[in-house]
Amino acid sequence: MLKQIIFTITLLITIGVFSYTIDRLISFFRFTRPAFPVKDIGKRIMVTLAVAMGQTKIFRKPVIGLAHALVFWGFCVILFGSIEMVIDGLTGTERVLKVLGAIYNFLMATGDIFALIVAISIIIFLSRRLFFHIKRFEGIEMKKRSHTDANISLSFILLLMISLMTMNIGYVGYEKLSGGDIAGIYPVATVLVTLFKGMNAESLKIVYESSWWTHILLIFFFANYLPYSKHFHVFMSVPNVFLSRLDPLGKIPNMDNVTREVKLMLDPATAFTAAPEGVPVERFGVKDAEDASWKNYFDSLSCTECGRCTSVCPANITGKKLSPRKIMMDLRARMKEKGPLMVKNGRDFSDNRSLLRDFISEEELWACTTCNACAKECPININHPTLIIDMRRYLVMEEASAPGELKAVFNNIENNGAPWQYSAEDRLNWARDLEIIIK
Amino acid sequence: METRKIEIPVMADLFARGEKPEYLFWVGCAGAFDDRYKKVVRAFAKILTHLNTSYAVLGKEETCTGDPARRAGNEMLYQMQALQVIEIFKMYEVSKIITICPHCFNVFKNEYPDLGGNYEVINYLQFLNRNIEEGKLKTDPESLENISVTYHDPCYLGRANDIYDEPRSILKKLTGNLVEMDRNKSFALCCGAGGAQMFKEAEKGDREIFIERTEDALKTDAKVIATACPFCMTMLTDGLKYKNREEEIKNLDIAELIAQSLEI
Repeated sequence: MLKQIIFTITLLITIGVFSYTIDRLISFFRFTRPAFPVKDIGKRIMVTLAVAMGQTKIFRKPVIGLAHALVFWGFCVILFGSIEMVIDGLTGTERVLKVLGAIYNFLMATGDIFALIVAISIIIFLSRRLFFHIKRFEGIEMKKRSHTDANISLSFILLLMISLMTMNIGYVGYEKLSGGDIAGIYPVATVLVTLFKGMNAESLKIVYESSWWTHILLIFFFANYLPYSKHFHVFMSVPNVFLSRLDPLGKIPNMDNVTREVKLMLDPATAFTAAPEGVPVERFGVKDAEDASWKNYFDSLSCTECGRCTSVCPANITGKKLSPRKIMMDLRARMKEKGPLMVKNGRDFSDNRSLLRDFISEEELWACTTCNACAKECPININHPTLIIDMRRYLVMEEASAPGELKAVFNNIENNGAPWQYSAEDRLNWARDLEIIIK
Repeated sequence: METRKIEIPVMADLFARGEKPEYLFWVGCAGAFDDRYKKVVRAFAKILTHLNTSYAVLGKEETCTGDPARRAGNEMLYQMQALQVIEIFKMYEVSKIITICPHCFNVFKNEYPDLGGNYEVINYLQFLNRNIEEGKLKTDPESLENISVTYHDPCYLGRANDIYDEPRSILKKLTGNLVEMDRNKSFALCCGAGGAQMFKEAEKGDREIFIERTEDALKTDAKVIATACPFCMTMLTDGLKYKNREEEIKNLDIAELIAQSLEI
């Protein structure tokens, strides 16, 4: 009974802290702009099955992608055991889901095997970060904090797997020695328990109980660490994939407020009338965190800083300042900074800083070729180019700021309908003296 | 060898005669004004004539789609251009558009519908591939004499619109020696000209993107770099010049390779 009370209290604290964090994030989402309506649910489910469950995009890097996919699939299976632990903890039962019989045996066996596989993968990931120089993990946006955060998250997962394995070992060992029935099948633990053969039933029971508590407390703690870490992606990436932009990568979202203005201008009846007064004018494009769409912000919270986007960015590869990963990290950081201020003082509050310039420079924005390599590469369908274009839109339409050559392009398009300074009269020059050979 | 002069059909003339072509062939600004790319448009126009395609161009009535303005952040200018173009299309009752330039293709196909412009938009590679498969274009499989060819995927056909197979299927009909760069299809590296970069100096960096991509192509030892976009052509041709390889390695558009093979 005491165990149940302690468990219930810790669970309530966990849920309490978690709800506080999530509620805060949701209040930040309220400042963001609309993106697209979430419809085509069938299509979204298919995308989620392929990209999230099937991990199709992570396999664009096949070797290390496989290691990640195994960790992901492992988590999915192990989650079943964690749910059982919560029920057991609350109700005082032991391995309550064993009533599922063969399914239970299968899930516990796969979970037991996956614990080892995940642990090995995490050791590979940690070694890559600690002992090898992987270019993808470097970059101006990768501060010491980002590296520490990554190493802490990985260490947490490693501890989770170790505690799970010792829990299974303790359980199998204890039940064997005390002649009880083992619920579920534990292939790895059954082998590893031989390493503990000097121990008696009582000590194995202690190993089991203490690992059980360690494992569940680690989960509770990790769950509350995650929202403050880049590893929030554990929670965010599957929903982010479900909420993917379904348009072709080449499509830039239309600005309907501009369409309204342009149509007024082109219509002779309204072209010269003044804009209606008292209607608040919405800023064109993105200058600060609250100008971004909810999807941009969702993307930024889901980003785990893996750097696949930056590693394929033609601008970044050739030494330009642009790094698509930095764009996402900056949006997240800026909202973290400005979000609480807006909660306190309203959406219009200004702290005399902005995402543009204080975080992302014009030089970065103008270096983008809109090639969509970043968006194609992102394992969880983050879309960086739409945000970059939206920031250019602010620069051009609100500040009339653009590189000189582009201003010339705008002038040319306006005056002679081509980006170059040629007259429309010459548009058919290519067709002169054209002959075809007839055999 | 007998030749025949080609008169390029212009939409306004056809309409004046009460005719309506099946396709609008959208030439694009690069096709109209870039000297190198004019040759590609000429090659494609020859193929259209060879196929007896019912088409017309807008000629002097053509204008910029607005795409470079949009990607450079000038949404206002983009929409003004786009709405103008949509009006012209409405006037000529355009329903099917063939484009060469992938940027024009993308903006017509994916972005004009938001402004009420809905058309069947066909990229020339899709059009050419369909005609080859239907047996209407009889390419000579020996035309390139097994010269090695590599294909550079334009971002706005590949990643933007998932067109990877048509160019490869066409090229395989022209040479038995199609070689891929290490970064190909959805992994292809941009030539550096997208997103209105074509019209400006690159930002400060270690090197130029077009050189990086040209090196990808050179590594394949191909004798022909096939491209399918006016900007990619400018960038890769510049890359070959920069590397002093423009004499031995040719940068040709797929339309030119087909026209060569047809000997028209």
